[in-house]
Amino acid sequence: MAYVAVKGGERAIEAAHAWLAEERRGDPVLPELSLAQIEAQLGLAVDRVMAEGACHDRGLAALAIKQARGDLIEAAFLLRAYRTTLPRFGASLPVETDAMRIRRRISATYKELPGGQVLGPTFDYTHRLLDFALAAEGGVPEPAPEAPADEAPMPRVTALLAQEGLMAPELPSEAEPRDLTREPLNFPAERPLRLQALARGDEGFLLSLGYSTQRGYGNAHPFVGEIRMGAVTVEFEPPELGFPIELGEVTVTECQMVNQFAGSKTEPPQFTRGYGLVFGQGERKAMAMALVDRALRAEELGEPVEAPAQDQEFVLYHCDNVEATGFVEHLKLPHYVDFQSELEKIRLLRREADGE
Amino acid sequence: MTALGYNFGYLDENTKRMIRRALLKAVAIPGHQVPFGAREMPLPYGWGTGGIAVTASVIGADDRLKVIDQGADDTTNAVSIRRFFAKVAGVETTERTGEATIIQTRHRIPEIALREGQVLVYQVPMPEPLFRLEPRVSETKRMHALADYGLMHVKLYEDIARHGHVAISYNYPVLVGGRYLMSPSPIPAFDNPKMDRMPALQLFGAGREKRIYAVPPYTSVRSLDFEDHPFRPVRADAPCALCGSRESYLDEVVVDDRGGRMFVCSDTDYCSTRQATREAAE
Repeated sequence: MAYVAVKGGERAIEAAHAWLAEERRGDPVLPELSLAQIEAQLGLAVDRVMAEGACHDRGLAALAIKQARGDLIEAAFLLRAYRTTLPRFGASLPVETDAMRIRRRISATYKELPGGQVLGPTFDYTHRLLDFALAAEGGVPEPAPEAPADEAPMPRVTALLAQEGLMAPELPSEAEPRDLTREPLNFPAERPLRLQALARGDEGFLLSLGYSTQRGYGNAHPFVGEIRMGAVTVEFEPPELGFPIELGEVTVTECQMVNQFAGSKTEPPQFTRGYGLVFGQGERKAMAMALVDRALRAEELGEPVEAPAQDQEFVLYHCDNVEATGFVEHLKLPHYVDFQSELEKIRLLRREADGE
Repeated sequence: MTALGYNFGYLDENTKRMIRRALLKAVAIPGHQVPFGAREMPLPYGWGTGGIAVTASVIGADDRLKVIDQGADDTTNAVSIRRFFAKVAGVETTERTGEATIIQTRHRIPEIALREGQVLVYQVPMPEPLFRLEPRVSETKRMHALADYGLMHVKLYEDIARHGHVAISYNYPVLVGGRYLMSPSPIPAFDNPKMDRMPALQLFGAGREKRIYAVPPYTSVRSLDFEDHPFRPVRADAPCALCGSRESYLDEVVVDDRGGRMFVCSDTDYCSTRQATREAAE
């Protein structure tokens, strides 16, 4: 009977999941992808899933990518749903990106600067021509030439500007920042909370918002002061020990955007900062995050809040792709009760409109 | 710990305690939205994470759980959530409204009257009743604080001026305890009167929006209306094709491509119980 067909049965779900498992594996004649392969050869996908899944674990991110059939938002969701069940026994000390083991470090504001420019493994300056040699299984490339490590310190570009008094100082605070994963958002949201949301926010959403600030929606005049990518040490101080111990290191990408600021009644003209920091090698995301961070500072800097990227509620409520994908996709759940009431209402309204 | 390696009810005990605190506050201020630290759940946002978090926090080993979606126990999402709790809490589940101690629901209130001691957990997509009129949470918070609900009354008034009726058929706003404007979640307006002075405890969980609210037993819940335009719940004007009920809310089933329609109860337990009683009588 038609009536039965409308309702989804338990067996239908099981069959659908079995089909999914089959599709995931693909043609069984081909060798199965290993997690090590995903981790090593799809490293940037792993990085993105760790960033948006807000959990630094390359192996689990690789598993999530495999399980999600390469759907990176689904993979980030799997990782989030796992991380949220982990016991939390403390917070690490703030990581020192000053002391980063640099793999890439560039500045667009100075040609020469202490420590130099380090290009690192980048797509920049490659010609985007499909490399058909890779299709034929490129084999193992020649090892890249290595320069002796430069021991010179790499000061931050923003610090160089600050020495001259041209960079608006960030006010240090010892206050414990709120934790986005434990407490709901509250507005106005302070900057640490905003940065947390942006760090796990969707790369595509932040990219478009950052882009919009460059196109006049938010009046941005940004320069890349510095992008640095490399390994930082993660330290933890157990209360019973009283001194920090090293837990290991993680790769992060940090971007500091330098922005013009015309000054206000209380502040002289100077540069201001937009900040981006993400897990792994995520330069596009770090740059977009820095643009949006700066745009969201409009209110505190006394600038008019007019563009979407400057609107805290708009940006922070919509940047999380796990939330967004859930709510958008829930539209495919049955809504026939509500739709029925709409049907009755619209028939009633039409009957009365016809009667008049 | 369950066999899966997860805590009873999936959430860890500290998280449950945090949610229970929010629930207590919500019960103490009926209809007021309490922010809470919603966690990611293994089901997607928008699929009932708020309801699942609330159920996970109040469920105990002796509870008997019923889960409905669109009034039915056998819709895919209801099946999925019921199986989730069977797996992570190992509790007994039921499809009988009368036998359940906790009923988690999406979009409906069961037809038979609930009794004291039962808990009805609603899955809520948008907890803010004013969000279509004012999208800013900071602004709607202020409006709730001042009980400034003029915007909603104006919207209802404009509907009546334009169409002769309030043009809201589901998620019809209610005033709880004479104080807070509340979204009843997207239940059909037909179900709104059941909320009023209900003997069961009504809990509402919105996971993505990170809000919890509640209606304690025997609290007044009034659908907004005007003296000269009283609230009117609507249902399809037909008896159920299966059990003959003229009181229940009906789903419309398209039976052919020539305009054929059939109406059946949306509450599957109510309908099958009536059918069984009728058969027994014959």
